[in-house]
Amino acid sequence: MSSPSATRPEREVRDTVVIRFAGDSGDGMQLTGLRFTQETALAGSDLATFPDYPAEIRAPAGTTYGVSAFQIHFGALDITSVGDELDVLVAMNPAALKVSLADLRMGGTVLVDTGSFTDRNLQKAGYAKNPLDDHALAPYQVLKLDVTRHAMDAVDGLGLSQKEALRCRNMWALGLMLWMYGRSRRATVEWIEKKFTATPDVRDANLRALNAGHAFGETAEMPSHVAGYSVAAAELPPGTYRTVSGTEALSWGLLAGLKASGIQRMVLGSYPITPASPLLHNLAGFKEYGVVTFQAEDEIAAVCSAIGASYAGALGVTSSSGPGIALKGEAIGLAIATELPLVIVNAQRAGPSTGLPTKTEQSDLYQALFGRNGDAPLPVVATATPSDSYEVGIEAVRLAVTYMTPVMLLTDGFLANAAEPWLIPDADAVEPFPVRFRTDPEGFQPFMRDERTLARAWAIPGTPGLEHRIGGLERHHGTGNISYDPDNHQYMTDIRLEKLRRIALDIPRQEISIGVESGDVAVVGWGSTWGPIHQAVRILHAEGKQVAHIHLRYLWPLPPNLGDLLRRFKAVLVPEMNTGQLVTVLRSEYLVPAKGVNKVTGKPFKVREIVDAVRAALEK
Amino acid sequence: MTTTQLPQLSAKDFGSDQEVRWCPGCGDYAILKAVQRTLADLGVRRENTVFVSGIGCASRFPYYVSTYGFHTIHGRAPALATGVKLANPELDVWVITGDGDGLSIGGNHMLHMLRRNVDLQIILFNNEVYGLTKGQYSPTSRRGFRSPSTPMGSIDNPIAPGAFALGVGARFVARSIDTLTPHLMGVLSRAHEHKGASFVEVFQNCVVFNDGAFAAFTEKGIAVEQQLHLEHGKPMLFGKERNRGIRLRPGSIVLEAVTLGENGVGMEDILVHDERDHAMAQLLVAMQPPQLPIALGVIHCDPAPTYEREALAQLGSTPVAELDLNALLRKGRTWTVPG
Ligand SMILES: Cc1ncc(C[n+]2csc(CCOP(=O)(O)OP(=O)(O)O)c2C)c(N)n1
Ligand code: SF4
Ligand SMILES: [Mg+2]
Repeated sequence: MSSPSATRPEREVRDTVVIRFAGDSGDGMQLTGLRFTQETALAGSDLATFPDYPAEIRAPAGTTYGVSAFQIHFGALDITSVGDELDVLVAMNPAALKVSLADLRMGGTVLVDTGSFTDRNLQKAGYAKNPLDDHALAPYQVLKLDVTRHAMDAVDGLGLSQKEALRCRNMWALGLMLWMYGRSRRATVEWIEKKFTATPDVRDANLRALNAGHAFGETAEMPSHVAGYSVAAAELPPGTYRTVSGTEALSWGLLAGLKASGIQRMVLGSYPITPASPLLHNLAGFKEYGVVTFQAEDEIAAVCSAIGASYAGALGVTSSSGPGIALKGEAIGLAIATELPLVIVNAQRAGPSTGLPTKTEQSDLYQALFGRNGDAPLPVVATATPSDSYEVGIEAVRLAVTYMTPVMLLTDGFLANAAEPWLIPDADAVEPFPVRFRTDPEGFQPFMRDERTLARAWAIPGTPGLEHRIGGLERHHGTGNISYDPDNHQYMTDIRLEKLRRIALDIPRQEISIGVESGDVAVVGWGSTWGPIHQAVRILHAEGKQVAHIHLRYLWPLPPNLGDLLRRFKAVLVPEMNTGQLVTVLRSEYLVPAKGVNKVTGKPFKVREIVDAVRAALEK
Repeated sequence: MTTTQLPQLSAKDFGSDQEVRWCPGCGDYAILKAVQRTLADLGVRRENTVFVSGIGCASRFPYYVSTYGFHTIHGRAPALATGVKLANPELDVWVITGDGDGLSIGGNHMLHMLRRNVDLQIILFNNEVYGLTKGQYSPTSRRGFRSPSTPMGSIDNPIAPGAFALGVGARFVARSIDTLTPHLMGVLSRAHEHKGASFVEVFQNCVVFNDGAFAAFTEKGIAVEQQLHLEHGKPMLFGKERNRGIRLRPGSIVLEAVTLGENGVGMEDILVHDERDHAMAQLLVAMQPPQLPIALGVIHCDPAPTYEREALAQLGSTPVAELDLNALLRKGRTWTVPG
């Protein structure tokens, strides 16, 4: 190790920084990342995060597949993506180094915990010899610190077991990184104090490790060339902010939708599945807000309970991931047939089958649009960013209750867990869309419709004079009685389709997110690819290229002006984390020669990948 | 004091305007009548009553009752009904299901609804066959049952609905027969009165695909010798002369049918029915003719807290319109970017 120096140069200024904390699943990397995120947000940076962890709860220690990582991109500028390359890699063990080194930029900094580079760990990571001893790390600035020993020293005397003491390594590393970027420790200290009130020795150990890591930087024990950096606050619009994950924002959005609808109760029927479970957990904490969460015996029961709840006058919501959505298919058809409101949340994961539970993908678009028996159309909306989930949640509720239809809301594993700063909206500013249950028996028929929306009357049990029967067998267009009449079936099928057309007239016109109104290349995306696409188009647009980013919140029905918009560009590129689903839909709907840019590695797009693809299209 | 007198509804008032479409002679007709009469006798309000069914001949039932009704999808009525109760626990919910609907495709939901003890009534129409799909064997069909899908006879071991319900924790289990109208009505009233999931198995004759399936205890002449009508606190007596009874075989936990006055058997030997006795209920549902009579009536009734009451007791009481969402959104760490 280089000798410490007492004189320390000025902190270098950085606009944006990408850091990844990587370690074993048991090393507490997610927690470390979240704490760093909180402090960074409080310091006024804009940011985006990418938690990336294995499907196993405790994958065998030291293995590459057991590596858990948390990436944060933050800075003084508008941050939309999680960052293509790492500026800093914190590698808590050899496996973490092995997995993440390729993502570190040339000249970037890698902090390794030398204490964990034992023969055993090197072998488990598949290193034939110690990478710290050869030239493998030559292109980078390497900080070899025995984090393990420093952390153990820090908690010495508290009487912790070796195992407990080792658990504080992450706090030491966090302390050092907070120092390196000139971040406060205040929120972290508060958090530790709250979390470990019941176990004072663990609390003290974590505090000591955190402070020791920070002091290590502060008291110039660091190599002289490491000065620390300063990252200015981003120029964010004024107001009150918080960090928010997609799951939190969606929970609040659904709740705000409930309030705007005037319905008295939300019933969430759900069955645990990665990465959808956090929504169940979050909403389970909302009981004081009139939210019933029902952990059903399976996904079929989950969706059916939500349908039953809607039938009886509550707002039925169900959440799952692709495999669970597959199980719900038949019941979703029932909700379409009986025309009951329902919000179905799909936190997509990589597939098929169990696929990669913790890795993100957007390959359930076909499933959302077409994955049911019969002609069974329903509106499909998708969230773009963590905070966007709030508005999309409200909109899903609005469409469901206004049009008496199930609505599919697509999010994904990345959005469910990723966080960003959020200018907290005024929850009271949500435009109400009050539900009026039918109460008047005069002239009532269960399948009579509103002329504009084509929504049937919502007549709930408990209402005198409106007793009626509904079911999955085709219903007479007025009485709802079973009808095998061929013309009636044609009519009802047409009506179900027409309802979607009416929704199309009620959604905002498709706008361009950034770029030119017409020109060479339109880059069309949906879901969590928003960030990298936006950044890529911003770069190219700044260069004067005739490009635009078009982001779809409404995937079905598509905004009526979308076709015209696309035809204003010579080429249409559709980056998707699937093998080309939206691109097929756009081609078939508009007969435009759209082309896909596809990737299914379980990781978000890099900005560069999209920039390169657009450049290639521009050259053609 | 002024009270508005609600009009008394008759059984007929509980019939819908829909033409009933079961096969002539089907046991479902008798059950429908018994239910409609029971509803009238109980004086329930139509607007408060909901029939939820799955798919099958039996599950067409809701169309024929003038209350609220939901004919859902195959096997899922218990789950859907649970949602109804979570949305509005005041509703009086009946789940109508068949042996295939409720114990094959929907067996899992039945299990969980019963163990959760959702407050509703379940009527399982057991005809030991899949009626609607034209006669395949069902999970209650006996071994050897020949059907289009079991031309050489079924090799599945049948499930006993009552034993299943008791096994998964049902707090109310009863049994009756489609055409035994007064008895069935009595059982249905008790089921309705019980707070919690009330499981009623009705032996239902499918004249087309499994005619006479229950003849061994329903046939005129033998019925009285092969049916034990249970009543809480009463001795388990049966037979035309009421001189046959059920006792525990001495030194064992096996039931046997005995005759009073024979081999020194007296009234003191005959078991007295205790609905709360879960262990005895399990012995009673397992009784099979001809060795033992079939047990009918309320086999087990032991109320416990209901699911939806407990679930809703956890909720806050603020009306949604008064919720302070701005406070919620600002809970936890926030920071301000000055203007
Ligand atoms: C998902 C699904 N699978 C299969 C069917 C076909 N199906 C309809 S009713 C039925 C069996 C009904 O048997 P049971 O529940 O005993 O009712 P019953 O007709 O005997 O009254 C089957 C297999 C269906 N409607 N849906
Ligand atoms: S098939 Fe059997 S159960 Fe179905 S209606 Fe006919 S007789 Fe009744
Ligand atoms: Mg049957």
